[in-house]
Amino acid sequence: MKKKVLVIGGGIAGIEASAFLSNMGFDVTLVEKEEKVGGHLNNWEKLFPTMRYGSEVLDFLKQGLNGKVKVLTSSELEKIERIEDQRFDISISSGLNETADAILVTTGYELFDARKKEEYGYGIYENVITSADLEGYFNSNREVRTSGGKIPERIGFVHCVGSRDEKVGNVYCSKVCCVTAVKQSIEIKQKYPDCEVFCFYMDLRMYGMHFEHLFKEAQEKYGVQFIRGRLSEAFENQDKSVLIKVEDTLLNRPLKMSVDLLVLMVGFVPAQGTLKIGRMLGLENGINGFFKTRDQHTLTNVSNVQGVFFAGCCTSPKTITNTITDARAAASTIAAYLLNCEIDKRTVNTRK
Amino acid sequence: MKFGFEILKDRQIDFDKLDRSFSFYLRESEPSFRLCIFCGTCASGCSAAKFDNFSLKNVFLLINRGFTEQATDEIKKCWLCGKCVLSCPRGVNTRQLILKIMQKTDNK
Amino acid sequence: MKEEGKKRIWSEYQKEVPDDHYYYVRSCIRQTFFPGSEQAFLRILREELNRDVYENPYHTTCTGIAYHADIVPFDTTMTVVARQFALMTESGYRNYVPSCITSFGIYTEILETWKHFPEVEARIREKLWKATKREFKIPENLSHSSDVIYHFRNEIAEKAKYRLVNCKTGEPLKVVDHIGCHYAKMFPEKGIGGAEFPQVLSGMIEAWGGEVIDYPERRHCCGFGFRQYIVQANRGYSLSCSRKKFESMEPYEPDLIITNCPGCPMFLDRWQYVISEMEGKTYGKNGFGIPVFTYEEIAGLVLGYDPWELGLQVHQVSCEPVLDKIGIPYKLTEKFTGKNKEFLGVPKMPQYLKFCC
Repeated sequence: MKKKVLVIGGGIAGIEASAFLSNMGFDVTLVEKEEKVGGHLNNWEKLFPTMRYGSEVLDFLKQGLNGKVKVLTSSELEKIERIEDQRFDISISSGLNETADAILVTTGYELFDARKKEEYGYGIYENVITSADLEGYFNSNREVRTSGGKIPERIGFVHCVGSRDEKVGNVYCSKVCCVTAVKQSIEIKQKYPDCEVFCFYMDLRMYGMHFEHLFKEAQEKYGVQFIRGRLSEAFENQDKSVLIKVEDTLLNRPLKMSVDLLVLMVGFVPAQGTLKIGRMLGLENGINGFFKTRDQHTLTNVSNVQGVFFAGCCTSPKTITNTITDARAAASTIAAYLLNCEIDKRTVNTRK
Repeated sequence: MKFGFEILKDRQIDFDKLDRSFSFYLRESEPSFRLCIFCGTCASGCSAAKFDNFSLKNVFLLINRGFTEQATDEIKKCWLCGKCVLSCPRGVNTRQLILKIMQKTDNK
Repeated sequence: MKEEGKKRIWSEYQKEVPDDHYYYVRSCIRQTFFPGSEQAFLRILREELNRDVYENPYHTTCTGIAYHADIVPFDTTMTVVARQFALMTESGYRNYVPSCITSFGIYTEILETWKHFPEVEARIREKLWKATKREFKIPENLSHSSDVIYHFRNEIAEKAKYRLVNCKTGEPLKVVDHIGCHYAKMFPEKGIGGAEFPQVLSGMIEAWGGEVIDYPERRHCCGFGFRQYIVQANRGYSLSCSRKKFESMEPYEPDLIITNCPGCPMFLDRWQYVISEMEGKTYGKNGFGIPVFTYEEIAGLVLGYDPWELGLQVHQVSCEPVLDKIGIPYKLTEKFTGKNKEFLGVPKMPQYLKFCC
């Protein structure tokens, strides 16, 4: 009889892992709580670092599902129980019951709620938006305008909102926001060439292949300016433009300027689903709510519960490229486990 | 009336009130200026900086923020030895920029 | 500005203010600068609202000024505060209400220190016993007197004879609220509304009919401090801070400023005179400044108390324009007459700032 795998979460990690597992010969059920699969990639128009369309990637991935995977949308997990032979019995909100030999958790991330940074005034000042809001303008083909309806003449991007911040309890770096800021700056300059764009950063993390190239292009071709200094506060001027206070760390002096629109680069936090499934399965917490993998180098898809595996951003922030790779790695790991392969029997011998 | 104290000058840079026209001119006429990330590689290898209070990175930064006069004063200390052009990791044409900034001083 | 955003933050930072039986401690300096304020507070609570407020004649300063100016070490301050708590315990009260914001900051800081480091509390108890043979209980509740007025703002609004509304045009008055730094900047959960958008004064203003102005330097310190102000040559720091605030609020044309700290109204009021002498500039209309009030003075005014009994004649920036706007009657001839109806003399006139007398 074919071994069965349950995949929790229909984002790109879930889709790709399901596709590979079903092609390898396993029975796969994919459970997604929203109405459609694709997760956050549904809301992003162009991807860094090459500015290609996100929908191209999503369509490519979805081809792998082609009728072989049982996809249950608008469904959530209600109960997971251990039964004989290391298997699981799962109850789903639609009333279905499933059994599985292995579970893959791909519940992913959510974006940080920028309202928690009260001093930036998100939700209070009219012209403060997040990077997701800005991407929403691009994705739905709307013109970017200030609250008063005019084309912005100066836009400020604030890096590290909700990441690397003790005050909100997230000490990690969310990895993707710096390069997203560069990407969105370029997109703004492409649409509105007369708009001045400033990015306020602590460090610029351009680690990936082609990222430095994008950064250079932003500076040289599009004239985006980068100021090293973290935003301390934002206020609203009388004309509803946003007055920001930043330390110009290179000049050692405080700096203030007015911008028409302030974009907050919000970081990743573990999704509500991640926290819920973690509790249901007894999964160990890593840093700030993301799952802890069995080993940082050798077993990054394996959890502390036998038969439960991870892929994607539920363990740490990742780029789309890394997530897809991670999903394929998880599929291999699960296959090795289910087929009782030799490779699954390796152990880590800690040095004394 | 003498109070024994004065109103202090605000040292916060008011970006909205800066005159950045020289910076705009340099960015247009020598586009490699836009690539500067103020890493300081030029200043650390600079021959003049070993003996004089001169930092090329500082000059570029001051121009970028609109403090043109401070920059044009400081640039006079450059020896035009060419070391900075060799070391810049981003390919900024520092020699051309230095000559242009010196020209601005001469034109005053 | 989206109100729902602010309301969401306010709902996260609410605190419990007791309803009755307050142990009141006065400020060291307030009665010199704003003579009517503390008296108005007591009158409102005792006569208008029939609450029990007790003052112990043996209470002292909390040594806040000395502590913040590095003259007194923290241990001394803690022992003096312990004695204050001991007096409160002996008087049979559990709700501590200081009049000064710096005191509130000191008490909060000390209570938090003792909560996290109980060995420090034990040490101070011992010191107090050795010095005075007194013992104390930790107060059940620590609220600033502006928290108490905030708590009763709706009752005061019901009894109010006047509202913060321009009686001729019907428009609400534009009010700037300035919160003392030590109220919520140190411990945001201990202040109503938190540190970024404090509600304690804006709640009062809105309950009494006014409109709150938000301007860019709203959260900036007024410059009153201790170490940067005590030596005369350093007062430029304080002056420049207040001036930054005035320059920022001027385009919004506020009618008045309300504060809840002893030092802030003193500085915001007096520095307007100094700036007018140094630069010839005034921030109000027609050569007047922007009048500065304490919240007790405003509460007293809306309840219909006599302006001169509230001590408004001591303000350097004339309050008369605001009294006219609200429609409160006053006799200019009685401004500088004492309680025994003797004429006390008129102060020397400033060069640029208009003053009513």
